[in-house]
Amino acid sequence: MTDDITETLEQIGAEAPDRIAAAASLDELRAVEADLLGKKGELTALKKGLGALGPDERRAAGQAMNDVRAAVESALAGRRDALESSERALTLAAERLDLTEVVDHASRGSLHLVTQTWDRLVDVFLGMGFTVAEGPEVETDWYNFEALNIPAAHPARGMWDTLYVDLGEPETVVLRTHTSPVQIRVMTDGEPPIYAVMPGRVFRRDTADASHMPVFHQIEGLVVDRGISFADLAGTLEAFTTAYFGGAIHSRLRPSYFPFTEPSAEYDINCLFCEGAGCRTCGQTGWLELGGCGMVHPNVLRNVDLDPEEWTGFAFGFGLDRLALMRHGVDDIREMYTGDVRFLEQFPA
Amino acid sequence: MKVLLSWLREFAPFPDDDPVGLGDVMSDLGMAVESVDRIGEGLDGIVVARVLALRPHPNADKIQLVDVDLGDGEALQICCGAFNMAESDLVPLATLGTVMPGGMEIARRKLRGEWSNGMLCSGKELGLGDDHSGILVLDSSDVGGPALGTPITEALGITPDVLYDLEINPNRPDAMSVAGVARDLAARLHLPFAIPEPQIELVAGDAAELVSVELLDPDLCGRFHARVIDGVHIEPSPPWIAERLTALGMRPINNVVDASNYVMLELGQPNHTYDLAKLPDGTLRVRWAVDGDTITTLDGVERGLVAGRDGVITDGADVPVGIAGVMGGASTEISDTTTSVLLECAWWRPMAIAVSSKYLGLRSEASARFERGVDPDVVDLAARRLAELLAPSGARLVEGSVTADGELPDRSPVRVRADRVNRLLGTELEPAEIPALLEPIGFVVEPAGERDFLVTIPSFRFDTTTETDIVEEIARHHGYSRIPRRVPTSTQTGSLSPVQRDRRTVRQVLVGLGIHEAMPLPFLAPGDLASAGLPGEAVTLTNPLAAEESVLRTSLRPGLLRAVAYNESHRTDGVSLFEIGQVFGVPALGAVLPDEREHLGVVLAGREAPAAVQVWELVHRTLGLPSPEIDQGRAVAGLHPGRAAVLTSGGVDVGEVGEIDPGVLAALGIRERVAWLQVDLGTVLGLPHGEHPYRPISRYPSSDLDLAFEVDETVPAARVTAAVRDAAGDLLVDLRLFDVFRGAPVPEGHRSLAYRLRLQAPDRTLTDDDIASVRDAVAATLASSLDATLRA
Repeated sequence: MTDDITETLEQIGAEAPDRIAAAASLDELRAVEADLLGKKGELTALKKGLGALGPDERRAAGQAMNDVRAAVESALAGRRDALESSERALTLAAERLDLTEVVDHASRGSLHLVTQTWDRLVDVFLGMGFTVAEGPEVETDWYNFEALNIPAAHPARGMWDTLYVDLGEPETVVLRTHTSPVQIRVMTDGEPPIYAVMPGRVFRRDTADASHMPVFHQIEGLVVDRGISFADLAGTLEAFTTAYFGGAIHSRLRPSYFPFTEPSAEYDINCLFCEGAGCRTCGQTGWLELGGCGMVHPNVLRNVDLDPEEWTGFAFGFGLDRLALMRHGVDDIREMYTGDVRFLEQFPA
Repeated sequence: MKVLLSWLREFAPFPDDDPVGLGDVMSDLGMAVESVDRIGEGLDGIVVARVLALRPHPNADKIQLVDVDLGDGEALQICCGAFNMAESDLVPLATLGTVMPGGMEIARRKLRGEWSNGMLCSGKELGLGDDHSGILVLDSSDVGGPALGTPITEALGITPDVLYDLEINPNRPDAMSVAGVARDLAARLHLPFAIPEPQIELVAGDAAELVSVELLDPDLCGRFHARVIDGVHIEPSPPWIAERLTALGMRPINNVVDASNYVMLELGQPNHTYDLAKLPDGTLRVRWAVDGDTITTLDGVERGLVAGRDGVITDGADVPVGIAGVMGGASTEISDTTTSVLLECAWWRPMAIAVSSKYLGLRSEASARFERGVDPDVVDLAARRLAELLAPSGARLVEGSVTADGELPDRSPVRVRADRVNRLLGTELEPAEIPALLEPIGFVVEPAGERDFLVTIPSFRFDTTTETDIVEEIARHHGYSRIPRRVPTSTQTGSLSPVQRDRRTVRQVLVGLGIHEAMPLPFLAPGDLASAGLPGEAVTLTNPLAAEESVLRTSLRPGLLRAVAYNESHRTDGVSLFEIGQVFGVPALGAVLPDEREHLGVVLAGREAPAAVQVWELVHRTLGLPSPEIDQGRAVAGLHPGRAAVLTSGGVDVGEVGEIDPGVLAALGIRERVAWLQVDLGTVLGLPHGEHPYRPISRYPSSDLDLAFEVDETVPAARVTAAVRDAAGDLLVDLRLFDVFRGAPVPEGHRSLAYRLRLQAPDRTLTDDDIASVRDAVAATLASSLDATLRA
């Protein structure tokens, strides 16, 4: 009897590895497992025969049986791992996709080039401690001209081709020709110290062409505080210039005239294309005219009830559209305003 | 203002070896150099030729064949695009190998099958003036003209020179003259400056006996200086005068007119010459115009003058003979028979000339100078200089003059404080440096205390009246580039306002939804609002450039729809665009300015109304707007009647949503459906908003409950949703409408709305009883309040 058990056990132990290895799939392996270890399996059947043995024989046979069982289980586990990983590999191989074979592209809209430039400019000035002020696009003559030291019939009014709005007395309401009226609003609505930039849409009686639009955008800066000087203006513009355009681009100021500033200056920067070496864009001068600036005219301060002996300030302003165009090499400003998606989508950020 | 280097050098010894460097100094002084042209340079190889014959080009009608003789008697064939010359004319020929001033090299080439052996040149191509209308035909009237083959520089007496085109600011009346530019430049370069004294002989007599001046309105004319020039013989100017005038952009006329212009350009004093014989008693009167005054001006146009706007000069009989500072009259114009000239050098009140010339539409070199303010003290010098220029023709100034003075600018000294100068400029100038900067440009500086000065402003600086004006002059001549640079320490914190931050947020939401930002112009044509379905008044412009740009938009709708149409017409369908911009309503009662508002507009082409509702939902959810509602009970002009709603938040109307009316789309030629959203951003952002309170997330499991109701079509889903939400109570953590179904077995006139309710308690796991009671409560409420039946 013992010999039978031992013999059978040895046979099972000897055949098991081959049977297990022959299982070609997890299903087959499960069948082999059931045959060997299942409730009706061969080892289970042998185990039932142990009860008929004496204690010593039973212990020895039990031990042998456990050894075989452990070996079978280990072989099953090994085979299962191997089969699982090859089945997984098959599944994954079957799921292979060509990742360049994309039919529907995710789409995102885009901010207008002017908005992108606006935000970038504003962000630089925020970092320099400025706030951002806004004002209406339709203004009274007083805010747009008078308060800025440009009385009626002043020859300097010829510097702006004004669009008048058909309201009130003739030529008393205008589409603002610059963002400067916001300066007046900032100074009348608040008190110094003032450190503010004023981006906005402005209007001129201009026929649209590649470099002009009747509607365009400016950003204006105003600082009013005690002890503000032209040196502060020059330093602020230089700091802005290098921050916005990069360290290789510097600024210079040249004498100019604006009714609302004195001394007044033109604000030039190194040509962005040749960085000052001279090229066609800058007419070989190495400089690009960016805008105007100067010390706030005493008459302007008086117009908003500030004492020019106590408070001094500077203001500067420049066009925003040209910066937007230059950044992307767009050569016709009209492109920005047609709403053509083929244009807009070229500038996701 | 154009100036020639040779002309500048008559006033100060400027170096002539670095024209560009000299230009840089001008720019640095605020006289921005717009261009530097070297005259007479690059003209080697251009010679005098005679036209032998003109023949049509066999293959082209805009080109002709010209045979020219260079002196060797041989006919050389040239193709030429100009037709202004005649046989035997002398013309400039750029011979083969010549490099033109623009850099182009002349080579032998075929034009439409015919050989061209050189190029005939216009005045502009030679750098002589702007005339590009035809070939420069040389004057051969005297001595038969230059020999053929003579270099053109020799034939025309061209000496190399440099022409600067300067941009002169309104506050630089002095720089509207060659002498004034020279003065400023000499001061910066520390060169001696002087205006040469005219060398003239006077004719014995007394001008005061020949002419008289009655200055009736002293607020119009500050000075009227009259002189008499006798022995005038009208003839062409000497070439050097004609050339200088041409170079500076003025056309030579005759010796008297040219001398007058020359003096204006050189000294900045516009002046006028009358034929004295045509002034009955030699009397001139100066007064404001009265209504009814008319005059035929030099250009032959009869003009009516306006009281209080225009100034006039009349003769003794009070008949206008000139418009003050703007243009002379035809009746006293110089002619070939003129022998005696009354010369007027005046100082007009600048504002008067600015207004008069603007409204008359007569801007001239003279009015440009008068309105900046000329130099009242230069009148005598100007008269003598003019006489000097005319002397070669035999003309002589008569002794004596008549000067009538009106109101001239106050020239009291101005106090200038060195400390104020430094405070404004951020410089550390010593007081002693100030006179050194101001005196070379004509200011008289007297010390007044240790650190202050009394500064007398020169008569040629009408613009300068205050201490700050003088500070600018100090800064200019000290040099802007030498002013230190420092950054002020802002006592503020830089930050966006809440509105500015919200605006950026809204833009990001829309961009994330795949919508592109557009910026249509805010101008509309008169019919645009109506065709976009928008009735009502709009604000218009007084002086639009075109009717299409004469109305201010009251809505973003027309502009965005136009953009949709534009894209469709360029084969881009399905565009999604948004704009954030101002719209302009008519002013509120009592207001001066339009009712200006900031709107958000969204167009979704090829989409139906719910797409726009989804955009609105994302916008209001992101902004945290109070109680957003969609009110479909009110009509919205221009939108699809069945697909339009007014948006409200906090009980206030804040916008509209829906689909553009198909009729509107058809009128605009738009083929696709267009979903539309408009939000009054200004109003919305003015409401209390942006609270996103934290709701703790329960650790206990949630259960989903699906309920479908049959609801009458007239009951908006929003009401059903709200009722479900109310009835479900505190256990409801999420609610969504997940299916809408019409058709059997749902009765006609009803639809099924299926909701998924997610229920969860913060402190326990829900029981079946909890869920059943929510179900019962919701079913009961909907049955009673909305007559909605829970479907099995």
